[in-house]
Amino acid sequence: MKTLKFLIEKEFKQMFRNPLIPRLIVMFPTMVLLVFPWAVSFEVKNIKIDVVDHGKSIYSKRLTDKVAASKYFILNDTPLDYQTAMLNMENGKTDMILEIPASFDKDIVKSQTSTVGVAVNSVNGTQGLLGSNYIMQIVNDFSSEMRGELINTLPPQSRATIMNMPRVDIVPQYKYNPELDYKNFMIPGFMVLLLTILCGILPALNIVMEKENGTIQQINVTPISKINFILAKLIPYWAVGLVVMIISVTLAYVIYGLWPAGNVIAVLFSAIVFILSVSGLGIIISNYSETMQQASFLVMFFILILVLLGGMFTPVSGMPAWAQTIAAVNPFNYLTKTFRMLYLNGSTLADVSNNLFALGIIAVVLNGWAVFSYKKRG
Amino acid sequence: MRYSDNLHVKQKGIKMKQFIAFVNKEFRHIIRDNRTLLIIIGMPIVEILLFGFAINMEVQNITVAFYDPSPDAITTGITERIKENSYFNNQGNMPSMAKMEEAMQKGDLDLAVVFQQNFQEDLVQTGNAAVQLLANSSDPNRGSISATYATAIIAGYQQEQMELMHIPFQIQTENRMIYNPQMKSSYMFVPGIMGLVLMIICTIMTSVSIVREKERGTMEVLLASPLKQGTMIFAKTIPYMVISFIDFIIILLLSYFVLGVPINGSLLLLFLVALIYISLTLTYGLTISTLVDKQMNAVIFSAITAMIPVLMLSGMIFPVGNMPVVLQAFSAIVPARWFIDAVRKVMIQGQGLFMIWKEVLIMIGMTIFLLGVTIAKTKKRLE
Repeated sequence: MKTLKFLIEKEFKQMFRNPLIPRLIVMFPTMVLLVFPWAVSFEVKNIKIDVVDHGKSIYSKRLTDKVAASKYFILNDTPLDYQTAMLNMENGKTDMILEIPASFDKDIVKSQTSTVGVAVNSVNGTQGLLGSNYIMQIVNDFSSEMRGELINTLPPQSRATIMNMPRVDIVPQYKYNPELDYKNFMIPGFMVLLLTILCGILPALNIVMEKENGTIQQINVTPISKINFILAKLIPYWAVGLVVMIISVTLAYVIYGLWPAGNVIAVLFSAIVFILSVSGLGIIISNYSETMQQASFLVMFFILILVLLGGMFTPVSGMPAWAQTIAAVNPFNYLTKTFRMLYLNGSTLADVSNNLFALGIIAVVLNGWAVFSYKKRG
Repeated sequence: MRYSDNLHVKQKGIKMKQFIAFVNKEFRHIIRDNRTLLIIIGMPIVEILLFGFAINMEVQNITVAFYDPSPDAITTGITERIKENSYFNNQGNMPSMAKMEEAMQKGDLDLAVVFQQNFQEDLVQTGNAAVQLLANSSDPNRGSISATYATAIIAGYQQEQMELMHIPFQIQTENRMIYNPQMKSSYMFVPGIMGLVLMIICTIMTSVSIVREKERGTMEVLLASPLKQGTMIFAKTIPYMVISFIDFIIILLLSYFVLGVPINGSLLLLFLVALIYISLTLTYGLTISTLVDKQMNAVIFSAITAMIPVLMLSGMIFPVGNMPVVLQAFSAIVPARWFIDAVRKVMIQGQGLFMIWKEVLIMIGMTIFLLGVTIAKTKKRLE
């Protein structure tokens, strides 16, 4: 126990000898939480649209105005022909093209129907899909406006069908995050990201640095046990992670007014279990690497996989089955889920106990491996 | 006159030889360390395959349940439509609203479709009936898209009924999806993954290896060689450029043959864009190496500045157009933004140099700027 205390003291001294580290622990979470939540939004609005109006008549102009007035669209241009609009799309000046035929007004008055063409840039699939849905809604609204206005021009029989037309009201209601604020959803994710980067990269560089500097040999010749050695490496990152969490939770509250709807102690507790697992991963990488460059490539490799397949940016449920299997052993995935439940749904510690249990198992396996892979004889 | 000319040529020849010898030495350094080489070549392969297949924006497998207090022909019709739809995963009918709320709280349910009492009766008699869509929007994207899908299905059902009744004044829309008709997520993500992976590899590769030489003192030995500073650094980056370019070609081959992402534009142009981007990111690594003198700090600096801004601000995942103006300005200094833009335009939209000159010029400008900073910093260090 005494050995462990001295070892931990050594680790802390080593860590803070590098003036970048304490600055990093304070500045990095602050910067990330201050800046990046504003950048993340899938909300599709401000879609740039070109309207090619071949008729330039009363109704087609009204439809154009209706599109321009919508909160989803910004009218970029009204070029004379489709080619110009297409050129705009190629240039990235516009995302969508609405083409209104020359006979639009005539068709509406004479045959009570018409067709407009919509072209969407669907490189970003979600934006393409939502954009065309919004345009369809606007056109449908426009149709029913027409119906209301032109009802008197119709023969009595058609008038009756319109009057008796059944109408289903669809009322969407959003639970848990009624303003559909993407920031609230992403901030818990950012906290997990911060922990992963700091408590993953630092331990990954730690042992390999001692290898490069040769100080590891001094440890190897002492009677320090493998477990004590690894524990002494882990505990400082625990402290680092906890400081990062306290800064993050405070900032999330001060800047965004976001406080766990569930228990704040549960948030910190689950963070502690998580830190153990990523630091364990870092130490394994460090044990297997020969140079710091190798360790840094490897740790970035794993961090990218943890983050991008961890459900922070894209939903795990949309992934193919094999990738969901990876997610089932991904600590990032479990903590992101847990944080979101605690922050947004107001879940209790009992609700997230399954996730915590999984995190605990991952932590035990990884750290067992870390102890095992540390070879005292080089 | 002639003699001195000759001497000049001779000296040039010697310099060239020295340069080649130096490049050769650096190559050997890298190839000797085959474990690192394996990581540098293997990492992009695994990542492009993993992310290319797995990252998917599409909202699928939406768990839905129904509450229908008085089932009739129309509510059953709507329920069937939603159940049949491949985006939805039907959880059945709920006996009460309380049970519905409970399931949603637990996270078992994404969407609840709640019909009003006496739906058909009201619809026929008063011409009006309501259906409520309760979406779990703790994930706002999932929540709103679930509701949008369900709305589209119900509206489609109604539209069909209207067509059967020959309601006048219906304007049709004809939709065309351009560039990505099947709306595959890989079209959007592959250029982003390229930008991210190249950025990380190139930056860490140069910054860490040069700082390592500084740390060990071998840099001082090199500085004593007759080769000029600039030439030496240039020679150091050449092998890295070759390796990064091999990485790019591997990624490109995998995304074309395995992920099925098309290459609609000129391959030569794509190579040019990649070459410029690789030079830019390698130069960035050089710049970092002049700013720090510990390997650990080089790693931290490279890892954080190469990963986070690319993930958040480059448009790889989140469209730049959605960001507030201040952040859009920030995103303009993220090199990957211009690379990803250019690659999407050339690869997927099949555009030529004329359409991407802006991106290309910006990347060249950034490279020159960083090179200037690096040279100025290196000179200062020596004085």
